[in-house]
Amino acid sequence: MTTSSSPPSRRRRPLRFARPAALVAVAGLLLSGCAGAGGDELGGGSGGHTINVLMVNNPQMVDLQKLTAEHFTKETGIRVNFTMLPEDDVRDKISQDFSSQAGEYDVATISNYEIPFYARNHWLVPLNPLAAKTPGYDQADVLAPIRKALTASDGNLYAEPFYGESSFLMYRKDIFQAKGLKMPAHPTWQQVATLAAEADGAKPGMKGICLRGEPGWGQMIAPLTTVVNTFGGTWFTKDWKAEVNSPAFTKATEFYVNLLKKHGEAGAAESGFTECLNDFEQSKVAMWYDATSAAGSLDGAGSPVAGKVGYVPAPVEQTKNSGWLYSWAFAMQKASTHQADAWKFISWATSKGYLNLAGKELGWSRVPPGTRNSLYTNPAYIKASAAFAGATQQALNSATPDNPGVQPRPATGIQFVGIPEFAALGDRVSQNLSSAIAGQTSVPSALNESQKLAAAVAAHYR
Amino acid sequence: MSAATMTPAAARAASAAGSRPGKRRTGVVWSVVAWVVGVLFVLPALWMLLTSFHSEQAAATNPPSLAAPLTLQGYREFFGAGGGLSPWPPLLNSLTASVMSTLLVLALAIPAAYALSIKPVKKWSDVMFFFLSTKMLPAVAGLLPIYLIAENIHMLDNIWLLVILYTSMNLPIAVWMMRSFLAEVPVEMLEAASIDGAGLPTVLTRIVAPVAMPGIAATALISFIFSWNELLFARVLTGVVAGTSPVFLTGFVTSQGLFLAKVCAAAVCISLPVLIAGFAAQDKLVQGLSLGAVK
Repeated sequence: MTTSSSPPSRRRRPLRFARPAALVAVAGLLLSGCAGAGGDELGGGSGGHTINVLMVNNPQMVDLQKLTAEHFTKETGIRVNFTMLPEDDVRDKISQDFSSQAGEYDVATISNYEIPFYARNHWLVPLNPLAAKTPGYDQADVLAPIRKALTASDGNLYAEPFYGESSFLMYRKDIFQAKGLKMPAHPTWQQVATLAAEADGAKPGMKGICLRGEPGWGQMIAPLTTVVNTFGGTWFTKDWKAEVNSPAFTKATEFYVNLLKKHGEAGAAESGFTECLNDFEQSKVAMWYDATSAAGSLDGAGSPVAGKVGYVPAPVEQTKNSGWLYSWAFAMQKASTHQADAWKFISWATSKGYLNLAGKELGWSRVPPGTRNSLYTNPAYIKASAAFAGATQQALNSATPDNPGVQPRPATGIQFVGIPEFAALGDRVSQNLSSAIAGQTSVPSALNESQKLAAAVAAHYR
Repeated sequence: MSAATMTPAAARAASAAGSRPGKRRTGVVWSVVAWVVGVLFVLPALWMLLTSFHSEQAAATNPPSLAAPLTLQGYREFFGAGGGLSPWPPLLNSLTASVMSTLLVLALAIPAAYALSIKPVKKWSDVMFFFLSTKMLPAVAGLLPIYLIAENIHMLDNIWLLVILYTSMNLPIAVWMMRSFLAEVPVEMLEAASIDGAGLPTVLTRIVAPVAMPGIAATALISFIFSWNELLFARVLTGVVAGTSPVFLTGFVTSQGLFLAKVCAAAVCISLPVLIAGFAAQDKLVQGLSLGAVK
C-alpha cells in the first residue's frame, strides 16, 4: 500500500544513480576493449612477423623509429613495436628484461659498457655468425675500435653499432680570434686551463669552459675519468686495488673541480650534456669538452653557433690521447622467439644502406655517426659535416678502451670500468664530487669517502 | 544592564556595526593570502602551458624568454606528426586502468564503509587501522615481489595487472573517505526506511547513495587521479602493449638534445583528462570535500 502510493518521482529516484553508474560501467567495458585494440595497434608482441624493440630515446633513434614503418616494414613485412625511454630508464628496463630472460623485447640498445657482463651472463645472441651469413652487410666496414668494444672476451661480437661517439674539445673560433687566442692542434689540459682563464669574460656573461658537473656515472664521471686517465690515475689497479684517493686521481680531480670553479659554467654542479649544449649555443661558454655527437647539433641547421666552432682532440697530459669511446648498439636477447626477424631488423638499422636512407630522407647532419668507415668517405656526408667529420673519425679511431691510461687495467673501458657495479659506484662518487664542485666539501675529503666505496667493490673481484 | 535590555536583533546589529571595519580588513587580508596562494599554485601550470607553445630553442633559454614566438611544434610531436609514436594507445591504457580501477574501488569501498560506519562490525576501529596500515609500506618495497609474481603468472605488460594494483592501492583511502561520508547519513532516515520495510539494497540505493553522492564523487575523483598519475608500477610492469601515459611522457626526456617544449606539451595533454574530470565533478566535489573526512 505504501509502495503503491509513493509519488512517481520517488520511484524513479534510484534510476538517477543507476543510469550514470550503468553508463560508466559500459564505458569501462568499452575502454577495456579499446585498450586491447591499443595493444594491437602497438603490435601485441608475440604475433607472427612482429618484433619488440627497446631503445634509448636519443634523436637518432627517434629518426630510426620514424623511418622503420615506411621502409623496413614495407620491404620485409616485419612490424616493429618500439619502446623508447630515457637513458637511465632504458638501462633499468633492459637489465630487468634481459637478466630475467623474460623475452618481452627481442632487440634492445645496449652500450659497450654492458657488453662484457651481459655476454658473460649468456643473455645475448652472438651476432658475428649472422653477420657473416648476410650478403652485403660488410662487418669489416665497422670502425675497428667500436667493433672491438662490442666484442666480449670469448671473441664473439654481441651487438651491432647504431651510433658511436668519442670526446673532443669544442671551442668558439670567433671568440678566440677576437681575443687573439690560439688553440693548439693537440692541446694539453694545462693549456686548456690557461685558455679558459683568458677566454673567461670574453663576452658579457661568458665563462671559459663547460664541463659536466651533474652527478651520474654517465654524466660527470665520463669526462672526469678521461682526465684521470691522462693524469696517470685509475679507478682500480690490475690486481683490483681501489685507487680513488691516490695522488694521481686526486690531482686530476682537483684540476677538474678547480677549473670548473674558476672558469666553468654557472650552476656547474647541475650541468650535464644538455645544459652545456644550451650554454655553448647561447654563447655562455667559450669551450666545451664533451661527446663528439654534440657537433651535429652545434653545426646543424638553426644553430646560432653554426660555422663558428672549432674541434680539436681531447686534451691530454701523460697519454697520447684521452678521448672516450661509447656506442649504442643493437643486441638480441637470447630468450627472443623471433631471432630471424630480429636480425633482419638489426642488420637493416646498422647497415650502410640505413645511413644513406637517413641522409637522403632526413638530411646528412642527422645521420647516426661514428659506426662505419664508409660514412667518412661519403661525399654527401663530408660536405654536410665538413667542420667535424674528420675530428670525429680521428677521435674514434684513436680511442683505446683496452689501455686508456698509463697502467694496466683489470677491465675494459675508458670513461667507465666494465663491471656491473660501476654504475652504482660512479653515481655515488659523482654525488660526493658534485658536493665538492658546489663548495660543500673538499676534493680530498670527497675522494677519501669514495675510496671506501671503491674498495668494497674491488674486494668482490680479488 | 543596557545590553541586557536590548533585543537580540539589536545586539547583533550593534555588534556588527562595531566590528565591521576590522572584519573587512581581516577579510581583505585573507583574500589577498588566498589569491597569492592560488597564483603560486597556478603559476607552474601556466608556465608549463606557455612553454608548450614555444620552440625547443626558446624553451631552453636562460633567462626564460616570455615573448618568444608561439608554435604548435611541441603538440605536433606529441601527437606523432611525421611518423612519431602515437599517444592514443597509452592514453587509452591510462583511461582503462583509471576508470576500471575506480569502478572496482567504489564497488568494494562503499559496502566496506557501510559495514564500518552505518552498521559497524565488531572491532571496526581495528579494521580501519588495518586498512591504513597497508599504506605504511613504501610502494617501492613491494615492486620486486610484484614483478616476480607478474612474470610467473604471465601478467607482465597487461593492463589488467595495473587495474588490480591500482584498485588495491586506492582501496584503503577510499574506505576511509567513504566511511566519513557515510557517517554523515542521518540515522533517523535509515530507521525510517527500515520501519517502512526497506531492505539493504533499497537503503543503499535510495537512502545512502543520494545523501553520500558528493562523497562518492570526491572518492571516485581522488581514485581516478591517483591511478591516472601513477608512474612507478606502470614503468616497471608495462612495456610494449600496456604502457600508460605517464610512461609515454617520460619518453620525451632525453639525455641528448632539447626536449622541454615537447615534454610541456605532452604534460598539458596528459593533464587534460584529470582537469576535465575535476571540472565535471566540481559541484559534487565541493560538497563532498566540505563533508566528512576533510570537513
